[in-house]
Amino acid sequence: MLAYTLRRIGSAIPTLLFIITIAFFMMRLAPGGPFDRERQLPPEIEANILRAYNLDKPVYEQYFDYLINIMHGDFGPSYKYLDFTVTDLITTGFPVSLRLGMSAILLAIFVGVFAGTIAALKQNSVFDYMVMGTAMTGIAIPNFVMAPLLALIFGVYLSWLPVAGWGGGAIAYQVMPIITLALPQIAYVARLTRGSMVETMNSNFIRTARAKGLNERIVVIRHALKGGLLPVISYLGPATAEIITGSVVIEAIFDIPGIGRYFVNGALNRDYPVVMGVVIFFALLIITLNLVVDLIYGFLDPRVKVE
Amino acid sequence: MVPEDAQIIKGRSLWQDARRRLFHNKAAVVSMILLGTIVILAIFAPYLSPWAYDDPDWGYDFPGPPNFELHHWFGTDGNGRDLFVRTLFGARVSLLVGILATFVSLLIGVTYGATAGYLGGRTDNIMMRIVDVLYSLPFMFFVILLMVFFGRNIFLIFIALGAVQWLTMARIVRGQTISIKKKEFIEAAHAVGVSNWKIIFRHIIPNVLGPVIVYMTLTIPQVILTESFLSFLGLGIQEPLTSWGVLISEGAKQMESSPWLLIFPAVFLAITLFCFNFIGDGLRDALDPKDR
Repeated sequence: MLAYTLRRIGSAIPTLLFIITIAFFMMRLAPGGPFDRERQLPPEIEANILRAYNLDKPVYEQYFDYLINIMHGDFGPSYKYLDFTVTDLITTGFPVSLRLGMSAILLAIFVGVFAGTIAALKQNSVFDYMVMGTAMTGIAIPNFVMAPLLALIFGVYLSWLPVAGWGGGAIAYQVMPIITLALPQIAYVARLTRGSMVETMNSNFIRTARAKGLNERIVVIRHALKGGLLPVISYLGPATAEIITGSVVIEAIFDIPGIGRYFVNGALNRDYPVVMGVVIFFALLIITLNLVVDLIYGFLDPRVKVE
Repeated sequence: MVPEDAQIIKGRSLWQDARRRLFHNKAAVVSMILLGTIVILAIFAPYLSPWAYDDPDWGYDFPGPPNFELHHWFGTDGNGRDLFVRTLFGARVSLLVGILATFVSLLIGVTYGATAGYLGGRTDNIMMRIVDVLYSLPFMFFVILLMVFFGRNIFLIFIALGAVQWLTMARIVRGQTISIKKKEFIEAAHAVGVSNWKIIFRHIIPNVLGPVIVYMTLTIPQVILTESFLSFLGLGIQEPLTSWGVLISEGAKQMESSPWLLIFPAVFLAITLFCFNFIGDGLRDALDPKDR
């Protein structure tokens, strides 16, 4: 287990470094600097400004400075928000995004596993077709279409829920963002669960369990789910990445003060440090979560480590 | 020569079999018809309406609801431009991006996967390790970085999206290649001294086409979706050109007062995504019957 853990951590670090490096050099290559403007400054003053921000150093030195700063959690100042560093933006936005994302993931797992399991147990029944049909819809209709449509129906026409905003984190404001964020994932989880449960229910150990005379509920909950949920667990890594990507759009649509909104605004305003900082932060998050999921998977399914 | 009256027993090839199975799949057939209609509408878009995609109709509301007398079948947008024509021009861009980017991903993925699978051993190991590492990257954000740093160029979008999508293709092709390369006809090619590259391109790639085509039809909707996502955020296609993502984004902003701006492009996008998914599923079942 230890060797497996170390090996996985060993491959996570170069990945992260790779991302930071690419992001840094892309920013260097991009046309236009932060101090380009209409009015020309005297060259001496421009040189002073560049020196003050260490932009006159060779690129590799700037790169190592940037790396060291990141390790201290310092992503530099924003080009757009006055008095805000990128780190400030991330620390203010993250709790909000985290709350949405976690709720969406939990919702996706519970609803998805439940629907998928029932569909598998009642294979080819009306319920099965209904779940799979809905899942297809959830996958084919993108969240940036679903979100405005839901807002139109439940916010504008029915006025059950607020159309947008955060309202200081009141539950009513969170319902639609969480549901739209979770829908595609519910669909994937349900499909995965159904597929693997159908396979598991036909395997020999389930027949043995039934032959022992266990009642069907125990067979499903104690025996089948254990094996049947493995693919769902390995999907959690990609799912978090999807949720994080989705949150960018959802936060922009519902005007929620999370990281995603800062990111989109940063991208539209060419606020390079914000965009880079958020990308690196998201990458760190995704890689860490992937690592955790892999370790859990290795723990649950000992066959993985041998390979 | 075979005599005219002889009963010729024709063997059915894999492809004929597949076609027969595909045409028995109702969802896939309906999807192909719908998708074909959308493609034809998109191609002939300029001839189908008296309005241009980038000129406002000064004699009508900004935005105006659907009006059949003025031939604004889907209404007009906030700048008074005809939404029907704009939706079809959006279809052109979205479909073009989908197909071209998928083609880019196909080129990279098939070459990479076939090479890794065919060469095997340490090369394969390293190449697939790289794919594993790339898999865990949040690629969407890289595409956004590219767009932010280098401007919103439509060709950059093709390449960036294609470069994101090739990983799964590479994995599929590698798996197929490994199972094919032990077959006798490859050995025969070796024996007569055909070079490795020629074997890969002449003999291996044509034989892995089945799964590649299936995955291709599933990649196109993903690319269309990604492009719409970018355009929705304002990072994709730029005015006056348009794509479904741009139209949906504009529609979402005005959905309370003029819902048609959101509904028409959203329906077109959703139908297209559905169709590709159903066709992809249908092709998979048709080409790989043991899967069922």
